[in-house]
Amino acid sequence: MAAKDISIETVTVKVDGRSVEVPRMMLNWEGNLEPTTVLQACKLAGIEIPHYCYHPKLPVVGNCRMCLVHVGSPGRPGPDGKSPVNEDGTTKIFPMQLPYEPQTPRGVIGCATTIVPDMEIYASSPETKEMRESVLESLLINHPLDCSICDQAGECKLQEYSYDHGQAESGFEEFKVHKPKAVDLGPRITLDAERCILCTRCIRFTKDIVGDDALGIVNRGGYNTISTFPGESFNNNYTLNTVDICPVGALTSDDFRFQMRVWFLKETKSICTDCGSGCNVMIGSRENKMYRYEPRQNDAVNGHWMCDSGRLNYKWIGREDRLSSITDVKGKTSWPIALKNISDHLSNADKGSVAIVASARQTNEELHLLSKLAKHFDAITDSIPRKGKADHLMMIEDRNTNTTGAQLIGVTSKRVGSKLSIIKKGIESGKVKTLIVFGEDVTKHGIDAKLLEKVTLIVSDILPNETTKIADFLLPGCAHAEKRGTFTNVKGRVQKFMKALEPPGDALSEWEFLHELAHNVTGLDGFKTIEGLFNHMAGEVKAFKDAELTWAKLGDHGLDVEL
Amino acid sequence: MKVERAKLTWFERLYIPSILNGFKVTLRHFFSWKRSKVYGDKQSSYSAKLTMQYPEEKWPVPDGYRGAPYLVKDEDANTKCVSCQLCEFVCPPKAIRITPPGQSGEADREGAEKMPKEFDINMLRCIYCGFCQEVCPEEAIYLLKDYAITGENREELIFNKEKLLSLGGEDKRAYAHHTQDGVTEGIKKWEKKTQEAKDQPAFH
Ligand code: SF4
Ligand code: SF4
Ligand code: SF4
Ligand code: SF4
Ligand code: FES
Repeated sequence: MAAKDISIETVTVKVDGRSVEVPRMMLNWEGNLEPTTVLQACKLAGIEIPHYCYHPKLPVVGNCRMCLVHVGSPGRPGPDGKSPVNEDGTTKIFPMQLPYEPQTPRGVIGCATTIVPDMEIYASSPETKEMRESVLESLLINHPLDCSICDQAGECKLQEYSYDHGQAESGFEEFKVHKPKAVDLGPRITLDAERCILCTRCIRFTKDIVGDDALGIVNRGGYNTISTFPGESFNNNYTLNTVDICPVGALTSDDFRFQMRVWFLKETKSICTDCGSGCNVMIGSRENKMYRYEPRQNDAVNGHWMCDSGRLNYKWIGREDRLSSITDVKGKTSWPIALKNISDHLSNADKGSVAIVASARQTNEELHLLSKLAKHFDAITDSIPRKGKADHLMMIEDRNTNTTGAQLIGVTSKRVGSKLSIIKKGIESGKVKTLIVFGEDVTKHGIDAKLLEKVTLIVSDILPNETTKIADFLLPGCAHAEKRGTFTNVKGRVQKFMKALEPPGDALSEWEFLHELAHNVTGLDGFKTIEGLFNHMAGEVKAFKDAELTWAKLGDHGLDVEL
Repeated sequence: MKVERAKLTWFERLYIPSILNGFKVTLRHFFSWKRSKVYGDKQSSYSAKLTMQYPEEKWPVPDGYRGAPYLVKDEDANTKCVSCQLCEFVCPPKAIRITPPGQSGEADREGAEKMPKEFDINMLRCIYCGFCQEVCPEEAIYLLKDYAITGENREELIFNKEKLLSLGGEDKRAYAHHTQDGVTEGIKKWEKKTQEAKDQPAFH
């Protein structure tokens, strides 16, 4: 952020009679300096001005009028260059009035009015209150008020402001205009045109942020409706963000439509695992079922947004065929027995006879424990690359969540997957006798089932595949939503995620059983929790050590490490 | 602490007077010729107040009684509930369990958008508080007058949507206050709004 380095002069304004000092310039939606607005100044003073069309990361248009406030400014300077003063010598403040009707106070829109020194903002005055009531009344003229079937209910700004600033009665007695309901705007979006308050946030988002000028307003006056071009569909990889920023329930996500009322959802901070960008997300879950991802603001990573493919990539977590029992060659077994057998097997293994195929989708902690095992056996380790199409905004080519982490920890080579052929040769020649595979189907990457018969195969995974079918030991693991840990994104930001759900059956967080294995085999000791494990790792992995990471310091938004 | 027992007199130690004293209330009711409100009209042919022959005979449930909550229909026999789940949220003992319809909405008629896929009330949990009736924005759930909820096992006492709708039926109370000056317009949910939308000049 550029603003940090430049020192910006401050000005004093009065908010509700209280003097506050605010910077004269603040960052606008593009990150450039612009004069501070009344809305921003109030926010700094801890007073929220209600608003619909204003969004900190979108251009300001000032069309909803919700942010109307009554303000007063110093008078125009006279010939001597001085503003008019009161009798006691202080600057005289003139509250704004309608020019042709001086007894009527005049409001300004807080989102687009810049502050001037000594300005007085009457954010909670009766005049301001009355302005808000009138704006809300007019916004509700044609609003259907079908909160009981509206997916937005519970997180709807129209509901919230109506409760806080609205009036119960409407003076409007005519019929409401009825607009189309359940309009299929695109493959993932349904529009309820009646609920729209025409704030144009969705239009600005898709035009100015995504660069896909797909939406606009058609028809006139009370019949104004959001629409795509005739015959076109609203279909880019970021459409679902419009559902988040739509302050009302006009734009709804097909995926979440009528699935669950939002007030039942438990929110858990997490990270999207669809690509290496590591967008911050919020998981909404109820009774161990996940209902949605929402982007979580982190200006260093994803801002307010996330892509649609990442947002919808969560259904696998609740799949029926998730691995949920521990099996060995003889069939179903339990954690203590399986871990003891594996530890015994590994303790007797010779140096160089073990190979590890880790997954670059595992957490830093799990990879660190695997690297401990690898070091003990001088094992060859690598992961499997996963590539997809990058787009121009956030989604990158690397579809592994934690490639950077895996490389920093040293489990994966610089060219991911380049050592797989060495592992394959090792198995063929009989040198490698034990293969540990985490979260990957190696049969798809050159090490086929026939070859795998030659080794003791220890596999941990979440969903069944060809490799898990022939494993000698199969250890069911957890999805990221079912455990805690950290990922390092492609730019080297270490971010933590929290547990939202309970894993199915006997499945256990990988770090827990890996810790036990590492303890039994290498004697590793000294921590019991994920916090302890992270701090231990941060003391050993060079990049993390240089950045002086600790679990607590990561906070909600993570920290950068040097790559 | 030691409790000092009062020494009973000779008369008290006879016990018979005390027993008779206790019977006084019973006997007074037994020989009472006054009619009781509870037995209401059922008793008009009797001159004395006798034991009611429950369950063949049932007492008239007074108005405002809070019995079991059922789902009611509108006058066209349409489901009124829109699966807003407010009742599920407000229910103190968590007796209500609703499965939302998902993207399809499960609506079964024009103008409707959303209806519950499943709607279960566990009658063993319900405490007849009436919060669900109070919170329902669609006036779709009412505490009717059923008080004897019995069954042979627990599963039987979890009433599903079909059962709740058939037990609720078209309860007049559910739309009584929609009638004005004796004219029963009925609520006919969504019909008015659908008609209004149709009458509107197309906007092009
Ligand atoms: S947009 Fe808000 S106010 Fe309108 S129906 Fe939905 S929840 Fe209610
Ligand atoms: S659909 Fe939502 S975001 Fe778009 S203009 Fe209407 S209210 Fe605003
Ligand atoms: S009456 Fe009370 S306890 Fe019974 S279902 Fe309704 S809210 Fe729940
Ligand atoms: S009964 Fe009423 S409160 Fe309960 S889900 Fe249906 S409409 Fe909502
Ligand atoms: S927020 Fe200022 S006009 Fe909409």
